[in-house]
Amino acid sequence: MSHHESPSRVLDWSVQPPYLYSPYVATVRRAPHHPLVPLPASLLERTGPVYGEGDIGPLDHDLTQNAAKNGAPLGERIIVTGRVLDESGRGVPGVLIEIWQANAAGRYIHKNDQHDAPLDPNFVGAGRTLTDDQGYYRFITIKPGAYPWRNHHNAWRPAHIHFSLIGRNFSERLVTQMYFPGDPLLKYDPIYQGIPNIKARERLISSFDLETTRPEWALGYRFDIVLAGFERTYFEEEH
Amino acid sequence: MRPQSPSQTVGPFFAFALVREGGNILVNEETQGEHILLRGQVLDGDEQPVDDALVEIWQADAQGRFRHPADPNYALADPHFRGFGRSGTASGGFWFRTVKPGPVPPSPVPCIAVRVFARGMLIHAVSRVYFSDHDNTQDPLFASLDPERRETLVAERQLTPAGVVYRWDIRLQGPHETIFFDL
Repeated sequence: MSHHESPSRVLDWSVQPPYLYSPYVATVRRAPHHPLVPLPASLLERTGPVYGEGDIGPLDHDLTQNAAKNGAPLGERIIVTGRVLDESGRGVPGVLIEIWQANAAGRYIHKNDQHDAPLDPNFVGAGRTLTDDQGYYRFITIKPGAYPWRNHHNAWRPAHIHFSLIGRNFSERLVTQMYFPGDPLLKYDPIYQGIPNIKARERLISSFDLETTRPEWALGYRFDIVLAGFERTYFEEEH
Repeated sequence: MRPQSPSQTVGPFFAFALVREGGNILVNEETQGEHILLRGQVLDGDEQPVDDALVEIWQADAQGRFRHPADPNYALADPHFRGFGRSGTASGGFWFRTVKPGPVPPSPVPCIAVRVFARGMLIHAVSRVYFSDHDNTQDPLFASLDPERRETLVAERQLTPAGVVYRWDIRLQGPHETIFFDL
C-alpha cells in the first residue's frame, strides 16, 4: 500500500466509548452532536512530536522517588509494567507515556480536589517514561485510593491510574485509565461503564503479575496497551 | 489484528501532570517565521467556557516541514521548532505562542491539527484550525466540508499591540458546533 493512501478511519467505534453517555453527567453538555467527518491521512496526521532520551529524567518513571522530600510516600508500593503494541501486535518504540493519579488516600495534588483525605508530602502522583525498542515500559508508584466524585448518589471512582500516550504520529494518541483487578467499584462507575463493549472495557483492567512482583518490596501489575494508528509504512521503508 | 485499547476521560485533575509551564510556548528567539498567538475558549452546549479542558496542537514549521521522519524534508525542518503544544483552559481559555505554519503540499493553505480533551469527554475530539487570511477553499479537505459549518474551523486574524493574534473558539455542541473529524 502506498503511504499516500492510508485508511481514513483510525478509531474502532465498536470498542471506543461514545461522546454522549448520560449516566456520566458531564458528557451531556459536552458531547458533539454532529457525526464525525472522515479525515484523509495527510502528512499532518502521519507525523507527530518525536521524543527521545533527552526528554526524560532518570527518576521520572519512579513516582516513589521523583517527588520525595523527606521520606518515602505512604501506601502500597507497586510496579506497573507492560507493552505498547500497534494493532498488528508489534511493539511500539519511543512512545511517550505520562501517568497521573491520586495518592494512597485517594487525594490528588490539585487545588480543585477538596476530598477530605490527607495529602502526602512525598508524593505528587505524576511520572513519565518512553517505551523501549520492543515497546516495553515500567513505572514504580503507589497504589492509588478510591475517591468520591459526586456524579451520582454515593459515587466513588474505582482506583485508577491515568495514562497518556503519544505514539509515532498524530493518529497514535490515547488517553485512558488503568484499573485494578477485582475492584468492586467498577460495576458502579459510569466512566468505566461508558465503554459499551464489555470485552473492550475489561482490557483496561491490569492483571496481577508474579513475574513483575519483587520479593519483600512491591507487587507487580501488568498492563498492555494497543494504540490505534495509521499504517506506518514509512518506518519500514527506512530499513 | 489486536483490538484497540479504549479511551477514558482525561479527568478533572490532569493539569499537574500534563500541563507544564511553557508547554504552550512552541517558539524561542531563533524559531523561523511569523510568531503568532493562537487563542480561544472551549465552550459547552450552554455556551459556557469549559475550564478543565486540555487542548493539544501539532503543526508544521514556517516552511511547511515537520521534524518527523515521515516528512521527505525532515532534514530541513527548523531545529528550533518541535511543533507540539499543550494548553489547559483553567484561566480563561487556551493559548499558544507559535509560528504561522507554512502550507504542507499538496495543500496550498496552512492549518494546524488540534485535539481536545476534557472531563466529561470519554474520548478526545479531533479538529483543525485554518487561518482567516487565506482562501481556504483551495484546500481540498476544507472545500469538501459543509459550507454552513466549515467556518467553525477558521481562526480570525487580529493585529494587536502585542502582535498577531488568531482567535478561535472550540464549540463542543450547539448551533455552531465545531467540525470534528474521525481519526
